[in-house]
Amino acid sequence: MIDFEFDEEQQLIRETVNSFAAERIRTAAREADELGAVPEALVASAWELGLIQGSVPEAYGGYASGAPSAVTGALVAEGLAEGDLSIALHLLSPRLVVDPVLVLGTDAQKHRILPEYLDARFVAGSAAVVEPRMNFHFTKMQTTARRDGQDWVLDGDKCMVPLARTAPNIVVYAKDDAGALTAFVVPSGTAGLEIGEREKMLGLHALELYPLSLRGCRVPDAARLPGDASVMLRRARVAQSAMAVGVAKATLDYAINYAKERDAFGVKIAQKQAIAFMLADMATETDAARLLNWEAAWNLDQGNDSAREVALAHRYCADMVMTVTDNGLQVLGGHGFIRDHPSEMWVRNGRGFATFEGIACV
Amino acid sequence: MDFSLSKAAQGRIAMARMAAEGLMRPISRQFDEEEHTDPWDFFNTMWEASKANAEATGLGGKKAHDKKGPSENTLLACMQIEELAWGDAGLYLSIPNPGLGGAAVQAVGTPEQKQRFLGTFYSDKPRWGAMAITEPHFGSDSKQVATTAVRDGDEWVLNGTKIFCTAGHRALDESDGFVVVWATLDRSKGRAAIKSFIVPAGTPGVTVTRLEDKMGIRASDTVTITLDNARIPADNILGHADIVEKKNSTGSFGGVMATFDSTRPIVAASGIGVARAALELLKETLAEQGITIRYEVGPSEQTVLEREIMNMEAQLQASRLLTWKACNMMDRGQRNSREASMAKAKAGTVVTRVTQKCVELAGALGYSRKLLLEKWMRDAKITDIYEGTQQINQLIIARSILGYSSAELN
Repeated sequence: MIDFEFDEEQQLIRETVNSFAAERIRTAAREADELGAVPEALVASAWELGLIQGSVPEAYGGYASGAPSAVTGALVAEGLAEGDLSIALHLLSPRLVVDPVLVLGTDAQKHRILPEYLDARFVAGSAAVVEPRMNFHFTKMQTTARRDGQDWVLDGDKCMVPLARTAPNIVVYAKDDAGALTAFVVPSGTAGLEIGEREKMLGLHALELYPLSLRGCRVPDAARLPGDASVMLRRARVAQSAMAVGVAKATLDYAINYAKERDAFGVKIAQKQAIAFMLADMATETDAARLLNWEAAWNLDQGNDSAREVALAHRYCADMVMTVTDNGLQVLGGHGFIRDHPSEMWVRNGRGFATFEGIACV
Repeated sequence: MDFSLSKAAQGRIAMARMAAEGLMRPISRQFDEEEHTDPWDFFNTMWEASKANAEATGLGGKKAHDKKGPSENTLLACMQIEELAWGDAGLYLSIPNPGLGGAAVQAVGTPEQKQRFLGTFYSDKPRWGAMAITEPHFGSDSKQVATTAVRDGDEWVLNGTKIFCTAGHRALDESDGFVVVWATLDRSKGRAAIKSFIVPAGTPGVTVTRLEDKMGIRASDTVTITLDNARIPADNILGHADIVEKKNSTGSFGGVMATFDSTRPIVAASGIGVARAALELLKETLAEQGITIRYEVGPSEQTVLEREIMNMEAQLQASRLLTWKACNMMDRGQRNSREASMAKAKAGTVVTRVTQKCVELAGALGYSRKLLLEKWMRDAKITDIYEGTQQINQLIIARSILGYSSAELN
């Protein structure tokens, strides 16, 4: 029956993630954005939370009781992103490799690839999905995977590939000879794979993103994850949408606090309907988006064909986060435009959700 | 976390769907065109079904048998109402039942009042209950009630004029029903002096003086009621007769306002039913022309129609989930005023826009009265108005998220 409550385990995870996000991530967010780097110490202490280990079943070295749950993943993603989007994406990057291997991979691939990501230290993950052109959509990839004897040969151009320089493996999404979307786990030193200069974006300043070129990049068949890779891109959309909700929530709470402090015309600006109603709409939209995305996540967990649900939630959340972050800045007036406040950063980060594909995973 | 429908929900939806398809759609256009007439066949059929149902669930007096697990009564009501409104919103509002008046009796009435007005409600011929709050000089600002109630011996004497009373005509003129009337014991005492009174049909001095001609939901009657020295028994007052002037306390007024926490999600659900009807018909019409919606295509391939329909589907589902969330909280006994207002505010906007857009996208077919699309656009608009306008609900949400009282944010 219809029920929106978390179970006990989810409740515990949520509390852990939210307090870490408030105490450690939010406090580091602005400096990370300005410096263009996520602090190593933060990455190390986040690793102790077990966010990656907890999503991998015991049989492969983690301590999850079953397959990764998109609903649980969504609440982790939302909580971390409420702290900061760049840092959340960095911390969860191992799942860009771990999740596709778990969901699509063979037992042999799981045993071969996963242990490296469950060590005592954080190991960056990466995925190459987006291609550098207008009109990109994951169903129309131009990167190809051609079968050649026992090997596959990858060709194409990618961009927005997170942590490509430090990640030992990059999961490359390409179209195979039959036109099917397929994922390959490609070691970063593979010949024919070239990582370009770090990209500079409107937002996500703290997250390292790179362009990637694949020119006759040859990998063995064992690198190919056999399942339908479009499932992973739907899961990615749920993760990203959850992060959009987190960014919106951060903006909303900040704007509420500001509006209750700021005086104008003898009252707090929150006491003016023009401001109060904006905040009310922001709250409603954030809640609506969260529920829609949970439903999509739940459908994925049920193993349903969730193409429609995910597409609708993704569209909705991307639109919502742009509107909410923009209004969140507007509430602060001129101060929202000044980088002393995080509002402008949330607007810049918020704009990205319509573009991101495969940049996070649940 | 669970997004599946329970067996009970599936059953309730299927039942309502039968009534919507079999009884409501066939007469939907007729009773839109023939405003101020009564679909008695429909009333009688629904009445017999309600009677049987009341015997099973025990409205008013007997309590429904307790099942294991959390209740989903509010949720089931919303699901049922979405289906009925999908059939026809005006007819749904006209189904003979205790209505909002009954909800007030249920919420704040004494066991004796519940028995007297609800326990025996489903007997004999079709009957309606109604609620009369609004007056000519106020709408949302309900503390402005000017209708007076004066105690005279064993009776209350009511004087004043009520407008926009849904089903008032059928409650008072067409049946042996009742109207719950808001009146003040002392206008100088504000909210604390406002009480509600059960006024039975046939009370001398109570007259329906006007039936409104409306944009939509025309099958439902909306009336003006004049109370001219209308005398009702002393024990027809809901709640106590004391005027308690305490700061931050609205007494029984607050009690009546709290009934909105359950009725706002219901209004949202009824609007969602109308908008869903429009969207489904639009998609069926497009399918007949060989156009289906592709959900995973790139921007240059996606048509404007696909984009608009995806947007409408997402908006509608978001509204539905907010509505279900508000119900879910109520069923768990959690305070849900904020969520109820969110559901209502969101649905109000969404169903208005969706039905307007469906008329646009269906072109001349949408604008024509041959199809029901134009009617649904007219029917949907009221969702954003009654049971608190969009703006009133925004105010409630804003106070809730800001932690403000009505004095701090007004």
